Amino acid sequence: MPTPVFSASLTLTNTITSLTTLSETLTSFIFMALGAMIITGLAAVLALVGVYLERKISAHMQDRVGPMEVNTEIPLLKNIGHGWAQTLADAVKLLIKEDVVPDAADKKLHLLAPFIVFAATLAAFAVLPFGRNLIISDLNVGLFYIVAISSFVVIGIILAGWSSNNKWSLFGAMRSAAQIVSFEIPASLALLVVIMAVGSLNLGEIVAFQEGGIHKWLIFQYFPFNLLAFLIFFIASLAELNRAPFDIPEAESEIIAGFHTEYSGMKFAMFFLAEYANMFLVGVVISTLFLGGWSSPFGSFLNGSAFFHVFWIALKAFSIIFVQIWLRWTLPRVRVDQLMYTSWKVLTPFAFVAMVGVGLWMVLLN
Amino acid sequence: MLYNFATVFVFIAFGALFVGINLTLSRLIQTRNPHPMKLSTYECGELPEGDSWIHFNIRFYVIALIFLIFEVEIIFLFPWAVVFKKLGTFAFAEMMIFVFILIVGLAYVWVKGDLEWEKPGSVSDQRFVEVRKESETGELVA
Repeated sequence: MPTPVFSASLTLTNTITSLTTLSETLTSFIFMALGAMIITGLAAVLALVGVYLERKISAHMQDRVGPMEVNTEIPLLKNIGHGWAQTLADAVKLLIKEDVVPDAADKKLHLLAPFIVFAATLAAFAVLPFGRNLIISDLNVGLFYIVAISSFVVIGIILAGWSSNNKWSLFGAMRSAAQIVSFEIPASLALLVVIMAVGSLNLGEIVAFQEGGIHKWLIFQYFPFNLLAFLIFFIASLAELNRAPFDIPEAESEIIAGFHTEYSGMKFAMFFLAEYANMFLVGVVISTLFLGGWSSPFGSFLNGSAFFHVFWIALKAFSIIFVQIWLRWTLPRVRVDQLMYTSWKVLTPFAFVAMVGVGLWMVLLN
Repeated sequence: MLYNFATVFVFIAFGALFVGINLTLSRLIQTRNPHPMKLSTYECGELPEGDSWIHFNIRFYVIALIFLIFEVEIIFLFPWAVVFKKLGTFAFAEMMIFVFILIVGLAYVWVKGDLEWEKPGSVSDQRFVEVRKESETGELVA
């Protein structure tokens, strides 16, 4: 099992403990906190990059240019252009906006909801492998943990809709919760296919199983069942992110803005950031499970150092994100009963087929 | 292993802390001009009418129940899937019997119509239209 770099700081911890008067728990805590801060910063920056990418990609797909105004005069960054600082400006704008909490709203729950949504989304980043030893926390139930902690987001959403004391927020939250919950079943069943093939829930081991080249990637094994599982998981994760074509809860012309109607300023920014951080999370999870994670598709070529590992996983994750953005601006929105139909009557039976198929294949081959 | 979970816990705490810091920062530098119109509930520009905590469609409850059953099934499937490679045909057959029973459950729920959302123009609407037509012609309506 690969040694996570921040836990390989156990040796560093021991060194520091023996050198200074700091206790072992305190030093471990400092290293954990450091890792958490780095990943929090990374997730926030990636969410901002995701927003910018969405605006630019959607603009170019619609034959326009998107945000071009907001650049800087700082010498090194002056010539980037293309409005790259747009999201920064948006973040600052949301920071100075007034936080309007309606009189009728339940203030404590209204405040609690963005905490739950963002903390749950961020917590899943702790087990993502960005390189051979670049995992914050190498849990041996990593995949199960991701599924479990992502379900916390539903609680935050319902809390947001309920506490706003607004019919539209409540309906939006209920629909969003029903959607996320309905698509959890085919998503988890698709994950079972991966787990059966690898025999472990540990994300590091799943990537190690796929190391060695593109022919070992899990998406190409046990054809066509793993491919089916990949498609089901991709579609189900689109619905879990409340993204088009499943974005009824947050569509601009439906129920106003759904569960975040009564949110303004930084609280709204937290929901927004959580959605885009979740998008990146899903991108990395799909890359890890089906596309070989941080390993190079050429086998051992360009697979040497952590730099290449981060490059490969970033490439794969951003490709998934690109396809998600592409789908949003290509497909029309799906009606809510069509959505439920898709989840329960199409995806779930196919997910069962994939799981039973892979099981039969493995049993018959052995 | 416990060390890894402690790391995760610190992570969650930092996630909440990050939100806390941002919200506090925003609270310090934001404008604050409360106005009764701003603080009233948003209802597309109209005056809000009625209590918002109204009854909602029973479909949500039914979907949640069905989700619960299948999620528990999946939780049972997770450990089996992890050790599946090392087990033999017998374990596969045993688990398939379990999955089959639950697929029968899904089929039952499907046929019974519990997976339907309210589609526009459903059968009950038709009956309502018939009753109205009867009353318009002056005949006795049940």
